[in-house]
Amino acid sequence: MLRFGAATLILAIWALNAAAMSAPPPAPPVDDAALMADAPAPVLSAYHLFTDVHGRVPAARVTPYDIATPLFTDYAAKTRYFYLPPGKTARVDGPCLIDFPVGAVLIKSFAFPADLRRPAADVRRIETRLLIHRPTGWVAQTYVWNDDQTEAVIKRAGLRVPVAFTDALGHARSTLYGVPNVNQCKECHSQNGVLAPIGVKARNLDRQVDLWTGRGLITRVSRIPTGATPRWDDPALPAADRARAYLDANCGHCHSRAGLASNSGLFLTLEETDPAVQGVGKRPTAAGRASGDLAFDIAPGRPDESIIVHRMASTDPGVMMPPIGRTLAHDEGLALVRAYIEGMR
Amino acid sequence: MRLVTLFAVTTLSAFGAPAFAATVDVPAGANAQERLQTALIDAKPGDTVRLGAGRFELSEGLSLDVANVTVAGAGEGKTILAFDGQLGAGDAFLITSSGVVVSDFTMQNAKGDGVKSKGADGISLLRLTVEWTGGPKASNGSYGVYPVASSNVLIDHVTVRGASDAGIYVGQSRNIVVRNSRAEFNVAGIEIENCYGADVHDNVATHNAGGILVFDLPGLPQMGGHSTRVFHNEVVNNDTPNFAPRGNIVAGVPTGTGVMVMANRDIHVFDNHIDGNASAGVMLVAYLQTFTDPRYIPLPRDIVVRSNRFGRNGFAAVWPGGAEVAAAVGGSLPPVIWDGVDTYTHPGGAAETIPARLAVSDGPVVNLRLKTQGAPATAAQPTVVPNLITGDLREPPAIVLPAGQDR
Repeated sequence: MLRFGAATLILAIWALNAAAMSAPPPAPPVDDAALMADAPAPVLSAYHLFTDVHGRVPAARVTPYDIATPLFTDYAAKTRYFYLPPGKTARVDGPCLIDFPVGAVLIKSFAFPADLRRPAADVRRIETRLLIHRPTGWVAQTYVWNDDQTEAVIKRAGLRVPVAFTDALGHARSTLYGVPNVNQCKECHSQNGVLAPIGVKARNLDRQVDLWTGRGLITRVSRIPTGATPRWDDPALPAADRARAYLDANCGHCHSRAGLASNSGLFLTLEETDPAVQGVGKRPTAAGRASGDLAFDIAPGRPDESIIVHRMASTDPGVMMPPIGRTLAHDEGLALVRAYIEGMR
Repeated sequence: MRLVTLFAVTTLSAFGAPAFAATVDVPAGANAQERLQTALIDAKPGDTVRLGAGRFELSEGLSLDVANVTVAGAGEGKTILAFDGQLGAGDAFLITSSGVVVSDFTMQNAKGDGVKSKGADGISLLRLTVEWTGGPKASNGSYGVYPVASSNVLIDHVTVRGASDAGIYVGQSRNIVVRNSRAEFNVAGIEIENCYGADVHDNVATHNAGGILVFDLPGLPQMGGHSTRVFHNEVVNNDTPNFAPRGNIVAGVPTGTGVMVMANRDIHVFDNHIDGNASAGVMLVAYLQTFTDPRYIPLPRDIVVRSNRFGRNGFAAVWPGGAEVAAAVGGSLPPVIWDGVDTYTHPGGAAETIPARLAVSDGPVVNLRLKTQGAPATAAQPTVVPNLITGDLREPPAIVLPAGQDR
């Protein structure tokens, strides 16, 4: 009790002092040395990537971004940033992954508004994930926010967090959200066994590439067009284009020739052109019981007979796809993929 | 908590183990998930993660991504990794690094696959039991042990029971030894699929739907399976009704199959004891489905079957047309069945005939004379010959694993 009282007193004095000052003290710069240290910082705030304790206000050189078609993670709202150290720029060469310099950090926070129909109200932040580009390669770290939403603590072995929210249709939802362990980060973020970013492809960023070029954050090193990934939820676009983009974002990191699921022979990145490798008329390889008594990954015109639909709809750990990163089915994504298969002849 | 002891490692491994390696003890008990997963994350190359005796109640699949780590329990039946309460991460234990040794524990009731190793150069699975304790059920996990896209694979003294696909499954790998192991009450006992170079010997495959399968499938990064020797195994009483979900390739394996070779070349089946398999002793067949992969060859060719000890097989064949073929050849099927397919059509192209060189000295052999890939067995025009020798076929060399791996 005595210690608590003293701490409260100190806080009160600090608050009075802060209020008395005419201007707030300048926020400390991002701590590059801490980011490059072998051991992860025990708390997220040690990196100074944000200027507030809630992790909402990015520091200088920390730039927010959005991607056209994101990964579904149990309806979590995501905020994304990248950090570039002073004097460094990223390089863009066509539609593929942006080449971030050593010292760069990709930052993604996962949060649940109490009601998805009011995304800005009663937002509970669950975790903030970092991908840090060290001289030896990228490393992944995950920080889990405390109940007071004032600090996030390193969590390396994963965690289940009960979450509850009201969905877009007004239905109550709840689940045991899974914070990934660091190996699971790499299960998705793997290119030939080496950890790498996924989402920061130029084609996913659309006009942001020009914006950042203008601000000197990135350099275009070629005239190769950056392209534009279709937005999965843009009703003006054909369902097939949107579904391909959805499968690219939600499956393509593993289901690619350099990904963890390369042995499946099912490749779902947008760059693939052969319908057979995209699952059309393709028999399962090692799906085992997860095939659900169905013969083909995609049976054209027959979503109910397509293994992709069956596994996207499942929440059984031995059946569901993706196997990590979600505990709920994504109703809207599933509807889109069903429409795509329905429309095939 | 965890005890860490240090000892000098006298030899440097091919995977660059440091001069010192630690043994990290992880006892059974509360919070096993976080303690064990943390030990697997924190392990350094060369370390041993030692699992204590007792039950580890696990709520998620485990994973290891550090090279040259040994994960060892206190013995099968003593250290038990129980996945009854698994919430996520399909594979019960996913290994994505090379030079790993996993040994001496029992794993129960994985929701997906048991021990999966992807992309390893060097994976050793020793003295493990992987089981589903509710008996053979379609809701059991798919594979017991599952090295895939790996090289230098050693599976020794492993027991798998209850897998809803294959108990011991090696896919798209090269240089493989599966020995001294037991597969029972699975759909497939032991399956070697799209592999280059495997020795499968001194195993027991019993009470599966199919005992030992050597398959090659189209549309995969590694195809053209070849050079597997299946020898000195007990392939007896494979009599569990096939309980695989439809659609999987093993769902097409007739209940009561001893050894089945599908597509592939240079497969030698010898010195096995094959008995009590109602549908077939040894079956040599082409891939039956249509396919679109122009690189794929669906025919079994350059196959040797010799010196096996056949008991009673093929006495109640359940495959379509099996009963009719049996009736046509005198009531019971001979020990070796060949579909007689030597012609297939390239996707979008011309028909091709590949002489299926065989050396089956274990007759009599029934040739179903189906001729063309895709023809159903109900179209058989069976003929029985004492032996079937159409080539002088050299045995693939014995598999040699790196010296440090095969101790």
